[in-house]
Amino acid sequence: MRYAMVIDTLKCVGCSDCVVACQTENNIPHGYCRDWITEAVSGSYPNLELELRSERCNHCDNAPCVRCCPTGASHIAEGGIVLVTPDKCIGCGACIESCPYDARYQHPDGYVDKCTFCYHRLKKGQLPACVSVCPTKCMYFGDLDDPNSDVSQLLKNRTYKTLAPEAGTKPHVFYLT
Amino acid sequence: LNMFESNPILDKAVKETVAKRLSRSATYCEVCFWKCAAWIYKDEHNDIKKIIGNEQDSHCNGRLCPRGTGGIGMYSDEDRLKTPLIRTTINGEETYREASWDEALNLIASKFKDIKANYGSEAFALLKHGSPGSHLEHLFKAYGSDTIAEPAYAQCRGPRETGFGLTFGSWIGSPEPTDIRDTKCLVLIGSHLGENMHNSQVQEMSDAIDNDATLITVDPRYSTAASKSKHWLPIKPATDIALLLSWMHVLIEEDLYNKNYVEKYATGFEELKKHVKPYTPEWAYGITTIKPEDIRKTARIMAAAAPSVIIHPGRHVVWYGDDSQRSRAVAILNGLLGSWGNRGGFYFKEKISIPKYPHPHYPEPKWGWHDLGTQYPYAEMGLTTAIVDATLQADKSKYPIKAWMVAGTNLINTLPQREKTIEAINKLDFLVVVDTMPMEITGYADVVLPECTYLERYDGIRSAPNRTPSIAVRIPAVKPKYNSKPAWWISKQIAERLGLGAYFNYDDFEEVIAWQLNKLGTSLEEMKKIGVKNFPRQSGPLYLEVEQDYEFNTPSGKIELYSKELANYGFDPIPVYVPHPEPPQGFYRLNYGRSPMHTFSRTINNPYLNNLKSENTLWVNPKVARILNLKKDQEVWLKNQDDIISTFSIKVRITERIRWDSVYMYHGFGHNNKKLSRAFGKGMSDTDLISSTVIDPLMGGTGLRGNFVSILKENPHKTKEI
Amino acid sequence: MQEELFTSGRNIPNIDPSLQIWHWPISLYLFLGGLAAGILFFAALFYLLGKEKEYPTAVKTASIVPPIALSIGIMALVYDLTHPLYTWQLYTTFRIESPMSWGAWVLLITTPLSFLWAFSFYRESYPKTESKLKLFKKLKFLARTEHFIISNRKYIAYALIPLSIILGVYTGILLSAFNARPLWNNAILGPLFLTSGLSTGAAAIILLSKSRNERRVFSKIDLALIVIEMALIIHMIMGYYAGSQVQLEAMELLVGGEFTLMFFGFVILLGLLVPATLETIELFGFKVPVVVPAVLVIIGGLLFRFIMVEAGQLTRYLY
Ligand SMILES: Nc1nc2c(c(=O)[nH]1)N[C@H]1C(S)=C(S)[C@@H](COP(=O)(O)OP(=O)(O)OC[C@H]3O[C@@H](n4cnc5c(=O)[nH]c(N)nc54)[C@H](O)[C@@H]3O)O[C@H]1N2
Ligand SMILES: Nc1nc2c(c(=O)[nH]1)N[C@H]1C(S)=C(S)[C@@H](COP(=O)(O)OP(=O)(O)OC[C@H]3O[C@@H](n4cnc5c(=O)[nH]c(N)nc54)[C@H](O)[C@@H]3O)O[C@H]1N2
Ligand code: SF4
Ligand code: SF4
Ligand code: SF4
Ligand code: SF4
Ligand code: SF4
Ligand SMILES: [Mo]
Repeated sequence: MRYAMVIDTLKCVGCSDCVVACQTENNIPHGYCRDWITEAVSGSYPNLELELRSERCNHCDNAPCVRCCPTGASHIAEGGIVLVTPDKCIGCGACIESCPYDARYQHPDGYVDKCTFCYHRLKKGQLPACVSVCPTKCMYFGDLDDPNSDVSQLLKNRTYKTLAPEAGTKPHVFYLT
Repeated sequence: LNMFESNPILDKAVKETVAKRLSRSATYCEVCFWKCAAWIYKDEHNDIKKIIGNEQDSHCNGRLCPRGTGGIGMYSDEDRLKTPLIRTTINGEETYREASWDEALNLIASKFKDIKANYGSEAFALLKHGSPGSHLEHLFKAYGSDTIAEPAYAQCRGPRETGFGLTFGSWIGSPEPTDIRDTKCLVLIGSHLGENMHNSQVQEMSDAIDNDATLITVDPRYSTAASKSKHWLPIKPATDIALLLSWMHVLIEEDLYNKNYVEKYATGFEELKKHVKPYTPEWAYGITTIKPEDIRKTARIMAAAAPSVIIHPGRHVVWYGDDSQRSRAVAILNGLLGSWGNRGGFYFKEKISIPKYPHPHYPEPKWGWHDLGTQYPYAEMGLTTAIVDATLQADKSKYPIKAWMVAGTNLINTLPQREKTIEAINKLDFLVVVDTMPMEITGYADVVLPECTYLERYDGIRSAPNRTPSIAVRIPAVKPKYNSKPAWWISKQIAERLGLGAYFNYDDFEEVIAWQLNKLGTSLEEMKKIGVKNFPRQSGPLYLEVEQDYEFNTPSGKIELYSKELANYGFDPIPVYVPHPEPPQGFYRLNYGRSPMHTFSRTINNPYLNNLKSENTLWVNPKVARILNLKKDQEVWLKNQDDIISTFSIKVRITERIRWDSVYMYHGFGHNNKKLSRAFGKGMSDTDLISSTVIDPLMGGTGLRGNFVSILKENPHKTKEI
Repeated sequence: MQEELFTSGRNIPNIDPSLQIWHWPISLYLFLGGLAAGILFFAALFYLLGKEKEYPTAVKTASIVPPIALSIGIMALVYDLTHPLYTWQLYTTFRIESPMSWGAWVLLITTPLSFLWAFSFYRESYPKTESKLKLFKKLKFLARTEHFIISNRKYIAYALIPLSIILGVYTGILLSAFNARPLWNNAILGPLFLTSGLSTGAAAIILLSKSRNERRVFSKIDLALIVIEMALIIHMIMGYYAGSQVQLEAMELLVGGEFTLMFFGFVILLGLLVPATLETIELFGFKVPVVVPAVLVIIGGLLFRFIMVEAGQLTRYLY
């Protein structure tokens, strides 16, 4: 099993519902967040392009944050989900420094936190909170190893990109373009 | 979705998170007026944890917008109004003291009596918006006042209802009956869906993208919707009518309009044909700056898609004062394409009528909102601004307004010409404000009443027109926090003190809903479990059948491309383009719009939504930035054509998304009430600078988009202090 | 025009500003670790070469510095952890790919060894202190322990040579392993920090030494190290020039940005070139107060760590 998220930038309107939904679902304290929205504008008036992206931990296959963690708190769990075990985390910040996407932050309780792909919901057969709330339904989640899953099909039939491929992290969040 | 087999670490973590058992209760959202039905989840400590859309609800399909999801913040905001407040003077300084409900309500009741005795009940006006409005409206009508208005008319939708009403004999209403999910072509004219987060419309726009529909967006700004569109027409502001006329020209001259439809359902085609003859795309190019070939191309796309095409009526349409006529042009264009009553165009909406809970007849007021706007023949709802004017004229007028109750509307940030609103308030004998937050308007009140939030109260049954009729209920998830109370309770308390208790013949509003639900064939018990109930349609199909005879609710029974009625009133029977003032040298047009994660001024202090966007920025084109030597994030102040200076500064965003003749900001920011700990002084209020309005002569809407600003790099307030 | 910004979720109070998550304690720790590594290396080396008589400061007197430096360093390190109560989790595992893990273990072994080393020379180097404290009189087992250590000193020295090198290199690798921070992500940083650590170690020995000969020898060693260090720094900057867009931008911080004055003025000029010149002048027999170059080298080394830690965290991946 290999979980992946696929986000259609042609539909995302940057409304940030995914950001609030994550905060309420995962009890993220005010002032912190596990996902965020980036807006990229190029061209000049009136020949313009705009891309809105909902970003979070990419659950990288080749995850530098896991490699550099001295305690094993950062680890790759089933389905390729990159997780942090709070009780093992000393808050050294090595993983934060190592993530090219700045996807992690120090939780006020001391440990380092980031997107979990909402494993607690997956366990119950639910989609991640951000995916399930998105009003434009531009986010898809599923198993890459299953050729019939939404995500596999979309990646087969559409053009896509990952963020900062040059960092060599092999992200598992894909953006349809 | 088959997830993890077994993973000890995950298992443990899951146990920890899932251990908390959440229970849910039904509501519909009050963060804006789309009224999405939702579930409130709370834990065993009665802490509200999250709000999730109701899957059965056609307003949201189980997915709320960011504001709805962040609605918990309305409840948890520690800056909320906590107890009734009464204005007093201590050591010569005006301030508020906390009061008991009894004291506050007694004081209010005595004022109601005084006003009635001295000027008549009609002199007490109600300005309201949202759910509290209906309870208070009932109180006012029982008391004998129909002097009622809400900003959703003259500052919002009014003109389009007039324009469509005159053309199709039907208001658009809310939610808009636009069949976006099935359309082949969606044309947005200054309607920035995606930033305007009216939920199911945004969802359906996304469906339309999936279905490969063609999106055409007409907007001087590169809106989010524009970026999703195959064709973005970057129109010069205030020239939309010219574009609309020339689209009609192309459709008619190239013989592309929907002939069968027009023949069968419309009247006045020949007049229209003659009227639009001179309005060639070349003519429009000179006005709108949109290339003739683009006008032709987009007209042909619409015609090819017809009747599955929507020229969207927009919603906040009070722009330049000729808005009813612009809306009429939009309606006529829809008429030419045949989209009204067709799949992918406008469907025939239907709603459930909620049985009236029995109460004595209302007394007949001697005058009301109707008499305040008589110079506007199409004013079909109360005009907030007419109430302001009548208040200012109270001494000389036969309609003297002496007291206001304001509920659920922050007039200071909502009405244009703020100075005038404040002046009117100063003339009042009495102002009572019912709100949940210490918003600007509460600072002008004699008595402030804290309403509990929508998560803590019953309200009327939601019944809205849709594809299928439905009802939704609002059940309190938790007890009101602090010393706040629901509007139904407030209304009832005041009524009882006025001897009008018979109008509120129940102990708890729950009884009213239970009674109504029984009449509707369901029950409170059932509705608590399902939240939303969908009913089968009674009024026939969603769309016109082939060759179906259909009578429109217009004087002629037909779609009126030419309006005799307008001609009789001396208005243009078919819209014409009239140029509007342009920004003088050194000034830029003040453009504003919605921030997707906020609703007007009401959510800026919401801890969740404030987290997403805590201040607005001033969008400035790079060319302008170069000329004025502005840097990214530089703080600037604005001064408008009437020398009004913004209260606060705003940070510059240099972006190609805005034209060089305009600046843009999100509406709602720049709060100046210090009690809003997160929102105070953050960003700028567009309302600060909207001192000039052009009034729509048909219905009295206040055109807000004709204000021009210059950019100040030095703090103008500093020099004043010296 | 290209414009990229955060619509929401970032630039909020606790996220982006606090990506600057490593603060002064980390810089201090990297400096002290390098300094300790330098001194321990020279101590072990000259001891094994049998030169303890000729270089008493390097082998004996200065040995008081590493245990203190390492102790303060570890305290600084733990101080900067945000979940310090869980520090023991470092020692439940060894993560071969994590420099932080390497560092933790190397510290765990090196720090006690540095104490033993210093302890074994304590009575010999600091007889006056002992005559005041009379520790050995009060605690009888100390003498037995001392005897045991002294008889095994050779083995400690053998262990310290690789350990001090690992410690010195590690202070650089800790940073360079992060390819997410373009300023750090280069192979030079390990050798560079090792060289710099040795150089500050040599400078510390010069400062503490009372023997003219020892000072002269360590001046020469230091000079050689400075030359190597300069070569490595030039190499590093050339590397940035040849690198990707993100590395070019990272280098801008040092070469034409907010850290330029600190880097060129204090680290390169005052921390390397001036002391090198002074040491060269001295080699030619001119009289230079030795403390001057030594102090400059130490301050330069400290500042270098501060700049690299601070500036590195400002650099990020473009995407
Ligand atoms: N400058 C400018 N002016 C505009 C607009 C614009 O874009 N720019 N837009 C116009 C449009 S389209 C509209 S519809 C209007 C909207 O105008 P308003 O409805 O006045 O908008 P808000 O600023 O949201 O103010 C709502 C008030 O209701 C309070 N409130 C929220 N929930 C409750 C509740 O449950 N009970 C009670 N009692 N009070 C509650 C809030 O605290 C706030 O004070 O503004 C119009 N005015
Ligand atoms: N997130 C969010 N969503 C909301 C609300 C909210 O507060 N927040 N409020 C709701 C309410 S009550 C309303 S009424 C609607 C309003 O939503 P809409 O009716 O969609 O929005 P407007 O505010 O009229 O339009 C703003 C757009 O008009 C463009 N514009 C400005 N001048 C011109 C012009 O001369 N010509 C043309 N063609 N375009 C122009 C602006 O560039 C901007 O993109 O939004 C609703 N949805
Ligand atoms: S909720 Fe969906 S549309 Fe909104 S920002 Fe997130 S991904 Fe985009
Ligand atoms: S995005 Fe960052 S935190 Fe997430 S797995 Fe990749 S490197 Fe680790
Ligand atoms: S902060 Fe925690 S998760 Fe990150 S590297 Fe250190 S111990 Fe591992
Ligand atoms: S998957 Fe879950 S944890 Fe990750 S961003 Fe979405 S809601 Fe947050
Ligand atoms: S559109 Fe959003 S804010 Fe408005 S009612 Fe629906 S969920 Fe609430
Ligand atoms: Mo509105």
